[in-house]
Amino acid sequence: MLIKIAKPGDLHESEVTPESVYLSRRRFMGGLAGIGAGLAFAGNTKASEQRPDYNDVPQSDAPDWFKAKRDAAEWQAVVPSDPAQDKTAPYADASGYNNFFEFGTGKSDPARKAGTLVTEPWSVVIDGEVNNGGRFALEDIATPSQFEERIYRLRCVEAWSMVIPWLGISLADVIQRAEPTSKAKYVRFETLVDPDQMPGQRSSFALIDWPYVEGLRLDEAMHPLSFLALGMYGRELPNQNGAPLRLVVPWKYGFKSIKSIVRISLVEEQPLNSWQQIAANEYGFYANVNPDVDHPRWSQATERRLPNSLFNTNIIDTRMFNGYADEVASLYSGMDLRVNY
Amino acid sequence: MSMPAYIFTLWRASVFVAALVPLAWWGWQVANNMAGPEPGRYLLLNIGLGALWLLLFTLSLTPLTKLTRWKGFNLIRRQLGLWTLAYAVLHLTCYVLFILGLDWARLGSEIVNRPYIIVGMLALLGLTALGATSNRWAMRKLGKRWKTLHKASYLILALVLLHFLWVVRADMQEWFVYALVGALLMCLRIPPVSRTLPKLRQRLKQSA
Repeated sequence: MLIKIAKPGDLHESEVTPESVYLSRRRFMGGLAGIGAGLAFAGNTKASEQRPDYNDVPQSDAPDWFKAKRDAAEWQAVVPSDPAQDKTAPYADASGYNNFFEFGTGKSDPARKAGTLVTEPWSVVIDGEVNNGGRFALEDIATPSQFEERIYRLRCVEAWSMVIPWLGISLADVIQRAEPTSKAKYVRFETLVDPDQMPGQRSSFALIDWPYVEGLRLDEAMHPLSFLALGMYGRELPNQNGAPLRLVVPWKYGFKSIKSIVRISLVEEQPLNSWQQIAANEYGFYANVNPDVDHPRWSQATERRLPNSLFNTNIIDTRMFNGYADEVASLYSGMDLRVNY
Repeated sequence: MSMPAYIFTLWRASVFVAALVPLAWWGWQVANNMAGPEPGRYLLLNIGLGALWLLLFTLSLTPLTKLTRWKGFNLIRRQLGLWTLAYAVLHLTCYVLFILGLDWARLGSEIVNRPYIIVGMLALLGLTALGATSNRWAMRKLGKRWKTLHKASYLILALVLLHFLWVVRADMQEWFVYALVGALLMCLRIPPVSRTLPKLRQRLKQSA
């Protein structure tokens, strides 16, 4: 029996872009040019080839394909417009203080417990209303796209926020390659379910009905700001931040940015996301950052920009669409955002 | 069992120190950057949970006395009650300073609009009333009504648990454990149940 072992340099069959996709991608990029100009408002888009100095950030052993893509990344492709206020959080804070309920309810639980998550090998099922679905190795999803660094504000629904430099690829790119059919209206995302790896899923008191599910309208998902992160701070994602693949939608509350994605489905009906399932009066489908619509349990008018201290709580006004209104407000024209919260 | 008086003095002093230790520990952690990127919230949550522990300790003193007849438990009741109040006041102080950033207008609107804040404030008011009437003068003045008034501590426990329940987001386990302990302590004060405690003591004694 002949067993063919691929050499590391060999081209995977899945890396070869079918011509139809290639062409539609060009059309798509052309269509984006207009929005791309709008993206400049998100900040000075001064992409650089120089990797920023992340010397304090602990490095770990990323796969070779990740390193190759990273080394060719476009650094600081999107940066905050007000760098004085939007200072990047220290890596220790962004990786040590977050919610990932699969690993517990405390803010430091993910960092303490996510070591059990196995991220290699990792594959993602792309299915539903697509012509080019299937199960894809993470490498095959990521490598056809240009890696970019985007420094986004992340606003948690709990009224705190951090500025985080993500490294990854455009979500639109991935969706486009899957070739959505005309029936596709929404994108539904799913996190891994594996109670052996994820202690939070073993709790019999969990309110979340696993898997964690999130969703976007197709036009939201295709927006140039919507991002699939594979890394942050110039390295691959640490497990607790949703390794190896997570969503980042900067104008929505953080819980929309689903972590450790194993499935992306293009669907016709609006998906029911996990938090909506638990408390529909508190968490809507859209979950756009909106200082005028309070969460029933706390105000959304301000946020605590982290890290803060006892003497400087760093409370700042929350901005509409988390400060990305120029880019995304048109997605919601004519909608009552008090009803569609 | 009779013990020399200095034992009880020592006992009360150790309880006082033990109640101070967590505050010192959290303060030390904050001072040494060990409390994470949001130290104010770290203090808020820990002190709030500490207040609940103290309230549960305070309410366990009567059943423990019935079970053991050791008078040391009675001697620390007022102290633990006042510590509960102190922690609760610190908890509110953290909220006003670190979450609201001393924005008094927002404090007003939060008290009116957020059920969990309303319930927390009611619990604090209750603790304040009990703290204010915990001195000898008030005990004499109130007479029999004092006991009735101080049974409100169980109502306060229920309010605190509700306050806690309303901040739970993703998993009920931690809350459930506290609620179970709280419910047990409440059950132990139901007359038929509480009457069994001295009997249980007899039985334990015989079997010993």
